[in-house]
Amino acid sequence: MYGGGYIFEDSRNGSDSAEDPRKLEDFEARIQAGEKIEPMDWMPAEYRKQLIRMIEQHAHSEIIGALPEGTWITRAPGFRRKLALMAKVQDEVGHAQLLYSAAETLGKPRETMINDLISGKSKYSNVFNYPAVTWADTAIIAWLIDAGAIINQVANSKGSYGPYCRALERICMEESFHLKYGHDNVVFLATGTPKQREMVQDALNRWWKPIMHFFGPSDKISVHTETLMRWKVKMASNDDMRQKFLDMYVPKIWELGLTIPDPKLKKNEDTGHWDYTEPDWEEFKRVINGDGPCNKERLAVRRRAEEKGEWVRRALMRNAEEYSVPLS
Amino acid sequence: MNELNKDAIRDLLYRMADDQLILGHRNSEWTGLGPILEEDIAFSSMAQDKLGQSLALYTLLHDLGDKDPDTLAFNREEKDFKCCHLVEYPIGGYEFSLMRHFLFDSSEALRFGMLAGSSFSPLAKIARKFRGELRYHTMHADTWIRQLGGANEESRAKIQSSLEFCFPLALGIFEPSDYEKTLAEQGVFPGESELQKEWLAHIEPLLAGSGLSMPDVSSCKPSYGGRKGRHTEHLKPLLDEMTEVYKIDPSAEW
Repeated sequence: MYGGGYIFEDSRNGSDSAEDPRKLEDFEARIQAGEKIEPMDWMPAEYRKQLIRMIEQHAHSEIIGALPEGTWITRAPGFRRKLALMAKVQDEVGHAQLLYSAAETLGKPRETMINDLISGKSKYSNVFNYPAVTWADTAIIAWLIDAGAIINQVANSKGSYGPYCRALERICMEESFHLKYGHDNVVFLATGTPKQREMVQDALNRWWKPIMHFFGPSDKISVHTETLMRWKVKMASNDDMRQKFLDMYVPKIWELGLTIPDPKLKKNEDTGHWDYTEPDWEEFKRVINGDGPCNKERLAVRRRAEEKGEWVRRALMRNAEEYSVPLS
Repeated sequence: MNELNKDAIRDLLYRMADDQLILGHRNSEWTGLGPILEEDIAFSSMAQDKLGQSLALYTLLHDLGDKDPDTLAFNREEKDFKCCHLVEYPIGGYEFSLMRHFLFDSSEALRFGMLAGSSFSPLAKIARKFRGELRYHTMHADTWIRQLGGANEESRAKIQSSLEFCFPLALGIFEPSDYEKTLAEQGVFPGESELQKEWLAHIEPLLAGSGLSMPDVSSCKPSYGGRKGRHTEHLKPLLDEMTEVYKIDPSAEW
């Protein structure tokens, strides 16, 4: 799933001025013409750096995202849900595998990326720093977080870097099944017993804030990304994606008789846009920088898994072998 | 079906279905925590196969007049489960889960091979399907055992000691049932001791080829009891966790 709310480094003082102007011009012309950039092609250092950063954040989001949902596999009620949730979370881990491979084509080994995740140096989607408190939370995550992810990832799959786009196309196909699974799950809860309805409404109340945060800070306050948009690294603005999500999903949520915990939320007929309470971006920053309800736990679990598995990875190595960058 | 002993078949089906369910559940606990991503994915695939196999076996039981599969899996008492002790243990380190997978799935592959010719045709039919699935599981297990058995001293020692730990538990897979004779006579299933014999002959060369030494069977006390409803302390917490949401309202549709 996931991605969304990427934190780019400020590239206003980007180092592209140091690049060979002729090569840079050719590169930009290729992107302009809709060509894909492939691993062995020339690319500006800044392009490479920002892409690694973005794909890596996305990959990390997939494996960290497997944790809050994964803890519910062992508690899923009934065969149908248990099998579906297993398959879904497995897909997410498979996405991480695809994405790490895509990032590796840019020259950063998977092991280094995972070490950077564990040390806190690189980020993952902020939503996974919130807990999945009940079974209904997993339903809301599978429906609405995955829906948000699809909006983000369909946009990014039209980007300029070949390996990432190809990975995203496959990921989006799988995500669309997750979304169906999540929606089906929410429908059963929302039309079920009073207890089930209460569970799903509570989960929606808990997850609305992270969902609004999911697309990243408002364009008004986010890092300038003109160069990244010109290079088709970033394909849509955070606010545009948020609006698109609200357009598609608010009516579906209301249709189920659920309420959304934002009294200001309504479609503004004049602007054609949704009005909503501005999410608390201070909290977003605080959480992404480590101070959320589950940051420590998520990283600790990941770190433990890495430590426990270290001997296995060692036993897979051949002494003489060195890391080589895959072609695509 | 007229002349086949239904109680004997039900006993056999419960043993297998409960094994698959509990081990599938355990294997799924690796999701997100494997030593490499590829192993998360592999254990999850095998977990899904096992869950699917248990569902098919509970469905056969339902066809014989027992309750529906969800009720059988999610709403039975611990003492009514007939799984062996090996599948009940927590996932532990990768060396334990891998060794359990190797020992259990090699026996399952042989079991389903035997059952493919069962006189109880609904079971024979699904056994032929499962045998195909198991082929991938055993290929996976054999490859990893060989790799870790031969990679370095650290991994060999870990795998060897988990083999020694798992072995008496694995012998518990073959705990004789009260219906051994009936099942064999009626051509339903040749029997646990027959299976154990085949299994020992099958794993010995694989272990030897991986640089591991097989424990001495005659000095091992098999971990029996599971097939009679007497379980390790690990099963109850697993069942409590597994049924936590379901039991909020067993009559609700989830």
